[in-house]
Amino acid sequence: MLQQIERLGNNTIYYLQDLGRMGRFLLRSIGGIFQRPFRLQATIRQTQLIGANSFVVIFFTAAFTGMVLGLQGYYTLRKFGSEGALGSAVALSLIRELGPVLTALMVTGRAGSAMCAELGIMRNSEQLDALECMAVDPFRYLITPKLLATLISIPLLTLIFNVVGIFGGYVAGVKLLGVNPGAYFSGMAQSVINKDINLCIVKSFVFALLVVWICTGRGYFVHAIRGAGFGAEGVSRVTTQAVVLSSISILIWDYLLTAILL
Amino acid sequence: MNEPIIQFDAVSKSFGSQRVLAGVDFVIPSGKTTVIAGASGQGKSVTLKLMLGLLRPDAGRILVKGQDVAQMGASGLNAMRMHFGVLFQGAALLDSLSVFDNVALPLEERTKLSRPEIRAKVLGMLDQLGLGGHENKFPAQLSGGMKKRVGLARALMLQPEIMLFDEPTTGLDPEKSMEIYQLFARTQQQFGYTSIIVSHDIPKIFNLADHVIIMDKGKISAFENPEAIQHSTDPDIREFVHTTMGNIYRSREME
Repeated sequence: MLQQIERLGNNTIYYLQDLGRMGRFLLRSIGGIFQRPFRLQATIRQTQLIGANSFVVIFFTAAFTGMVLGLQGYYTLRKFGSEGALGSAVALSLIRELGPVLTALMVTGRAGSAMCAELGIMRNSEQLDALECMAVDPFRYLITPKLLATLISIPLLTLIFNVVGIFGGYVAGVKLLGVNPGAYFSGMAQSVINKDINLCIVKSFVFALLVVWICTGRGYFVHAIRGAGFGAEGVSRVTTQAVVLSSISILIWDYLLTAILL
Repeated sequence: MNEPIIQFDAVSKSFGSQRVLAGVDFVIPSGKTTVIAGASGQGKSVTLKLMLGLLRPDAGRILVKGQDVAQMGASGLNAMRMHFGVLFQGAALLDSLSVFDNVALPLEERTKLSRPEIRAKVLGMLDQLGLGGHENKFPAQLSGGMKKRVGLARALMLQPEIMLFDEPTTGLDPEKSMEIYQLFARTQQQFGYTSIIVSHDIPKIFNLADHVIIMDKGKISAFENPEAIQHSTDPDIREFVHTTMGNIYRSREME
């Protein structure tokens, strides 16, 4: 009994410390945005790595998600004789939910894991210590460009996801199944309102912050994470943990934001 | 003894239930070479990290040029670290940057020099350390000895007053180790820095050292000149020196 209480106490202290560490990490990362000189080149390079290099993944995910929505939506709506509402069903599903969520999940898997592993390896090989010893702030030098790049990339990729997804739905619904093209686009234009677009934008920014915070934070603190182990194994475990934690956080925040803003 | 540049005053440090340093006191004299020796896990690297403010002591004071590192904020630490150059065990080069960019990094981040001035300084330093023509290579393309030399070049770019070397010859063969030590002696003469070396490389390192600190079970068991250490009558010190030398001879025989 005493041992269980002790374990509970130790776990509570550990998780509170971890939360505090991650909280300070986020504040210092955001603080780096306001420090001069601004690291424009590093931010552009990171935007290319995180954003531009994710384009193909996002394009294919969006195209096939849109096509599946078109297909499923058509057969469901046909039962009620309302195939004309396919455009609005596809657009609302993508803009409100699937666009921001799937984009963030794809970026987590492709770029978030890479960010986490990069920082974990830098920590293990003392590269982060070396930066501090040279009086170079690792937040301003490494983390803040990743933060800005993710905050730029995920909303833009979400926009691309939505557009490509809507055309995917168009291909499946209009070109393959014969829905009237005018009805597809006019239904969409009538049902999508500013509130939906705003919800999409807010979600994509919040998810971007979650992805970059969790993935860079886990990698940066690879040495302080309990049970992570050491060396390459430690980095791989922490990377897996970061991807899982980011993905779950995205889904939880998706529900919370929808409940609050819809 | 010269004016102390670093002073440890009753410094203790623990990680969880493991006590690494237990009330350690010593001074590092300015302009000299001090070697910190001891078996693995005795707190040598922790001592270096405490000097740099990368770790905070649980108790005691660490004075660098008279200022307490433990009391410094982020900007104070940054200013204090400008006095230091560090050569890490694995050189800790940024592996996404070329040799040139690694060595240029402290100048780009901490000075207002123009690109041509930085280029001239970096190429000059690389030439001095025998790395001319390798500036476009990446760390993964370098041998262990070359990585150490690039790490040394980077550490010397801001002309530090204090150089810290953490196990600088780990992973190098005896010939390369000798080359590295000769390089340290040459650069110390040229730049006039205070040198602090954490090393197992006894007795080779004794040729470089003005003072030797032996750490044992989180305490200082000796702070002497190398001759006094080698001829010490203290049974613990004799055992440490002879065991370390014996291990080296045994490993050479195996090679």
